[in-house]
Amino acid sequence: MITLQYFYFLAGALFAAFAVLSIGDGSNRKRLGNTAFWALLAVSFLGGSYIGDFANGLIVLALVVLGGFGLLGIGKPATTSPGERAESAKRRGNAIFLPALIIPAVAVLGTLYLKSFHVGGVPLVDGKQVTLISLALGAVLALLAAMIWLRPPAFAPLQEGRRIVDTIGWAAILPQMLAALGAIFFLAHVGDAVREIATRWIPLDLPLAAVCAYCIGMALFTIIMGNAFAAFPVMTAAIGLPLIVHKFGGNPAIMGAIGMLSGFCGTLMTPMAANFNIVPAALLELPDRNAVIKAQIPTAIPLLLANTVLMYFLVFRF
Amino acid sequence: MLTLLGVAVVVVGFLIRLNPLLVIVAAVFVTGWAAGLDPVAIIKAFGHAYNENRYVSGVWVVLPVIGLLERYGLQERARILIGRVHVATVGRLLLVYFIARQLLSAVGLTSVAGQAQTVRPLVAPMAEAAAEKRFGPLPEKTRWTIRAHAAAADNISLFFGEDIFIAVGSILLITASLRSSGVNVQPFDLSLWAIPTAILALLVHGVRLMLLDRRLARELKTQTPPAPEAAE
Repeated sequence: MITLQYFYFLAGALFAAFAVLSIGDGSNRKRLGNTAFWALLAVSFLGGSYIGDFANGLIVLALVVLGGFGLLGIGKPATTSPGERAESAKRRGNAIFLPALIIPAVAVLGTLYLKSFHVGGVPLVDGKQVTLISLALGAVLALLAAMIWLRPPAFAPLQEGRRIVDTIGWAAILPQMLAALGAIFFLAHVGDAVREIATRWIPLDLPLAAVCAYCIGMALFTIIMGNAFAAFPVMTAAIGLPLIVHKFGGNPAIMGAIGMLSGFCGTLMTPMAANFNIVPAALLELPDRNAVIKAQIPTAIPLLLANTVLMYFLVFRF
Repeated sequence: MLTLLGVAVVVVGFLIRLNPLLVIVAAVFVTGWAAGLDPVAIIKAFGHAYNENRYVSGVWVVLPVIGLLERYGLQERARILIGRVHVATVGRLLLVYFIARQLLSAVGLTSVAGQAQTVRPLVAPMAEAAAEKRFGPLPEKTRWTIRAHAAAADNISLFFGEDIFIAVGSILLITASLRSSGVNVQPFDLSLWAIPTAILALLVHGVRLMLLDRRLARELKTQTPPAPEAAE
């Protein structure tokens, strides 16, 4: 059965290649830092399941030292010039989009159909991980198609991948780090502490006050945790269920749906949601790390207010 | 209450713009200490949590093929394509993308698009091209604004589309966490009640994108006086 482990091997091999190719990049003064960073990440992906929690912890700390103290540079792999790209774009026409479209096509088809394939009574793919595995499969198939069609130098895909990943730099592991931080918060019962404060200090004896506290609380707690999924169980157990549903007789489905979406308004406004807000800024080579958040706030705030109003008028009516 | 110190570390660390990786590690140690763990136990717990979340970084497997296609002019081709669509403006283009992404997410096809898969190689260059077509060469700041809006359109349309799909993670989380408190809700009801917000998100962001077009027209017209014909 194809499990997530295969996906980790694939990603690990890719990071190992980034590490090796970084050594020879004379244009990058800090190339040893890059090599060490991608090599450690490769070890984590290839061996993380086998080396134990403490070794994994030490790897993370080493990654943080390298990334946190500016020991990574930006490599300059040989690539095509803007002129060559323009010429190639003109010559190859819209066919250049096809390999890029293979990725989503395979991701969708794989998600829908791979689950039902069985080999000798065993499912071919682990059903719970089918989307990620399909995405990786799509990336591999798209790469194969592009290699056959374009016939680039053998190392070009790895070098081009390194060109992009170096512009992302340490931010490449930020989302994973934040997810791990969320797990530590959970372990330490941070949510319980927030609930205590919320229920002790906010006067919630009117339906409107409860709805406001719940929706705005979801957004604020999401801003702190970076993830509406972490905020939802806490805020719902603290305010949503005891007050909106049980005390004032609100509809739990409406409360849950709009409550979660209020949390998403918070996700749009926080650097803690790194994969949505910080990584794209790096991917698009924006000098301001918070540029994406700034573009989102003027939508997020009106939408949060709209959600609050919407919940107030719907939740006690249906 | 002591466990909240870790949250405070995160808030202060981000506010004074320290490197986020360092902030996270500091928060981990403070939180672990407040919860009564010794340093070795904290390193173990964090190593475990980090390892369990590797799938989050797995999305980078798409970079080689995206990079390779960029080498052969993917972004340039995206620009040419948009340059031919005469009615294209930044706002209209992003609005079309927004609607498509929201609809796809609503039927569960969330992984079809994304910041690495579509925004960097296609949507951002197309949006820039739409502006260039109208206003000529763009100042760098405008370019950055347009790119940030491309990323924002992707996020917002995803967030306020995906909850309409019954089998999405957040719907499962809502049902599971309500059920653990003895309240049963149907996933179908949850996705139904996600629709009003989805429509409002489209309206609010749609208006903002139209305002973006007007803002670009105002800013760039004053910057590059007459001679628009020469650009041909």
